[in-house]
Amino acid sequence: MLGYALRRLVLAIPLLIGITFVSFLVIHLAPGEPVENQMGETSTQSDRELRERLKEIYGLDKPLHVQYWSWLTRLVRLDFGRSFSPDARPVLQKIGERLPVTLLLNIVEMMVIVVLAIPIGVLSATRQYSRFDKVTTIFVFVGFATPDFWLALMLMILFGVQLGWLPISGLRSPTWEYLSFWQQQWDFVAHLALPILVATFGGLAGFSRYMRQSMLEVIRQDYIQSARAKGLPERMVIAKHALRNALLPIVTVLGLSLPGLIGGSVIVESIFAIPGMGQLMVQAVFERDYPVIMGNLVIVASLTLVANLIADLTYSLVDPRIRVAARRGRR
Amino acid sequence: MSRPVPLRLLGLLLLLAVAGCGGEADSAVDLASGQATGKPAYGDTYIEALQGNISGLIPNVLSDGPSFEVGSLIYNGLVKYDKDLNLVGELAQSWQYSRDCLDLTFKLRPNVRWHDNQPFTAADVIFTYETMINPKTPTAYGGDFKAVESVVAPDPYTVHVRYKHPSAKALQSWSIWMLPKHLLESYAREGKLREAPQNRANPVGTGPYRFSEWKPGEKVVLVANSDYFEGRPYISRVVYRIIPSSATTFLELKAKGVDGAKLTALQFKRQTEYPAFRKAYTKYQYAANVYVYLGLNLRDPRFADRRVRQAFAHAINKRELIDGVRLGLAREATGPYKPGTWQYNPNVRTYPYDLAQARALLADAGWTEKDPDGVLLKNGQPFKFELLTAQGSDEGRKVAEIIQASLKDLGVNVEIRVIEWAALLKEYIKKRNFEAMILAWGITPDPDQFDIWHSSKTSPDELNRIGYANPEVDGLLEKGRSTCVEAERKQYYDRLQVVLAEDQPIVFLYFRDGLPVVSSRVRGIVPAPIGIQYNFNEWFVPKQLHRYTAG
Repeated sequence: MLGYALRRLVLAIPLLIGITFVSFLVIHLAPGEPVENQMGETSTQSDRELRERLKEIYGLDKPLHVQYWSWLTRLVRLDFGRSFSPDARPVLQKIGERLPVTLLLNIVEMMVIVVLAIPIGVLSATRQYSRFDKVTTIFVFVGFATPDFWLALMLMILFGVQLGWLPISGLRSPTWEYLSFWQQQWDFVAHLALPILVATFGGLAGFSRYMRQSMLEVIRQDYIQSARAKGLPERMVIAKHALRNALLPIVTVLGLSLPGLIGGSVIVESIFAIPGMGQLMVQAVFERDYPVIMGNLVIVASLTLVANLIADLTYSLVDPRIRVAARRGRR
Repeated sequence: MSRPVPLRLLGLLLLLAVAGCGGEADSAVDLASGQATGKPAYGDTYIEALQGNISGLIPNVLSDGPSFEVGSLIYNGLVKYDKDLNLVGELAQSWQYSRDCLDLTFKLRPNVRWHDNQPFTAADVIFTYETMINPKTPTAYGGDFKAVESVVAPDPYTVHVRYKHPSAKALQSWSIWMLPKHLLESYAREGKLREAPQNRANPVGTGPYRFSEWKPGEKVVLVANSDYFEGRPYISRVVYRIIPSSATTFLELKAKGVDGAKLTALQFKRQTEYPAFRKAYTKYQYAANVYVYLGLNLRDPRFADRRVRQAFAHAINKRELIDGVRLGLAREATGPYKPGTWQYNPNVRTYPYDLAQARALLADAGWTEKDPDGVLLKNGQPFKFELLTAQGSDEGRKVAEIIQASLKDLGVNVEIRVIEWAALLKEYIKKRNFEAMILAWGITPDPDQFDIWHSSKTSPDELNRIGYANPEVDGLLEKGRSTCVEAERKQYYDRLQVVLAEDQPIVFLYFRDGLPVVSSRVRGIVPAPIGIQYNFNEWFVPKQLHRYTAG
């Protein structure tokens, strides 16, 4: 097991380098230059010297392979470089200050989704075509089909403007510094309520449908029949025998959504004015801020590879059939 | 060749370009009746919505609107533009030009202190100058100082500048933000001002507000500088909240989460005309420092013919365009200068909507036949071209569509293509690989537009993108920038406008209006040609109306 994990990790390194190489190439080949985008569309500035100076500072005057090599050698030392944006701050710092809020939002969102989606999925599967099944099906698909930004605006109007219960946007009130400790915590939670609600509503459909499907498959299996034949109460059959098996595919899906946790939703972040990863990335792309784009990419790519590995490993942990098959295969 | 824009105004201007707020105020739409009442009082917090994150805190090495807006409260220049766009002293008490425009002597205000309590002296002025001309400094404003021969300080409160040749914009280049020598010297020498810690936190200036906090992407907080040389500002705390979505900003206004913001035309016209909003906010409307134009590639023989351009100008109903695109919130442009400024010349040829005239002009230019579809022909070639506009600007697309319909009436077939800005710039504009485009130019308080119209400015990176070349215009531009006497300059620029209006190198469409809104509890706002922000340190909230007691 350990050997297998190590082998996978070592193999991931060339893969990672390959990913970064292709992305580096693609990003640099996209039209537009970081230097250019520091000046606005209507700007009548044409200081050619500044442009040359910036190119030199950023190393853009060198051939692409030289740029890539110097970027890669710095990366090995975990130096992600400095942003091309005029704040010239280290990329890791910029990502570091945006990551916590995005992680928090996404983890809470994920937990809420899982907590809601599993019972919804199980209930709709066990009561397939019942009224509950139909109502939740409609509900989750409405959620799936509702545009984030529209829902967000409607909720903002209702809870922020009409009722005045919740703040509309941002992370903290302007008077945050002057609130007591508990008021501050409440203030923060109140600011996150709507964004989490919006993000959850949209994500619920996929997960609950997965769960329903998985459950439907499992309850048609013979061993469920035998469990029932043994005279086990239906609750035991579902909760103990069916659910555990039905959760297997969910584990994979969850594992694969791990890298997604650090990518913010651009729409939700922009509309709620939350300074997260999504906004950082979009701005970086518009500004052609290569170091920030690449930095984020490396992190996401590494996480994806690791998540794949973890998903594979946990799968064999939770599913005895795979373990057995693997052992037999080796023999 | 570089940008002679006074930084502070450039800031304003970029801001306008981005958010659409702006310069001249010839009408305050709605002056709350309470505006004049109430006694000035210290205190309260003012919360302004910014659409974009600021990129740093040393504006001399930055170029985005939000950074300039924040920076303008932290820093000062030697001179500044007053409300009527005249240069007046700020950190300089007075100045004197020699008769030949070659020597400029500033007397500095004594007893000005940096936010860290160090005295501001001529050494800081020289330091700022040296930083700006240091080839390692990544600034776009170094060119302003190229004509300088030497800067010396005979005593700590006198600065003497000698120029190599007379330069019209010598004085206004000293509106550049002064930087503290004692803190930034080592960074400036290395050309690393952007990396300096003051660009990220605790910038030190001489301005009315001190830095308090910057949470990237979230907010910037400033607090009143009680030692400000013009007196302590009334509003004791300013919070800039970064809200990217204009819909969210609008809802925050409704919920009183922000005190000041810029509205879109739709919001201004249709969504804020109900009593509760009018009571809570005061709306302002000015011609912003941005005009939208139809650019034609003059290298194309069809567009090289002036009559074709004039025909287009006659065929586009500007009033209808403004009503359709900006809900009427814009002013017709007759040239590249804004009405109401000293350089503006109203006596130029105008192009009223007149299809018959347009047809006659096209016929003169040889476009006499029509194909079965009604498209004009010349030597068997149909008159059709591609009109480019940048993605993301709904405005550009709408303008393009209206022009497409207008020119169709003439028998000219227009195809619209919307392209992302970076790609548009690199693949089409720089390579001069376009037929026509809808774009906008920002303008500055100084009338020098050498970079845009001079025939020497046509290389790929330069701004005479359409390839305009007119020897008379070249001469006027050269003369206009090489004297420091305003009356003389006025003659040249008056003539320039006459020629440009006749030539229509681009079809001038309209000056957008800036549409800011401010909480009506804030008093002391006096709209002026320069906008409303210029006297921010005199804004106040009467004691009984304070909303935020903390601070």
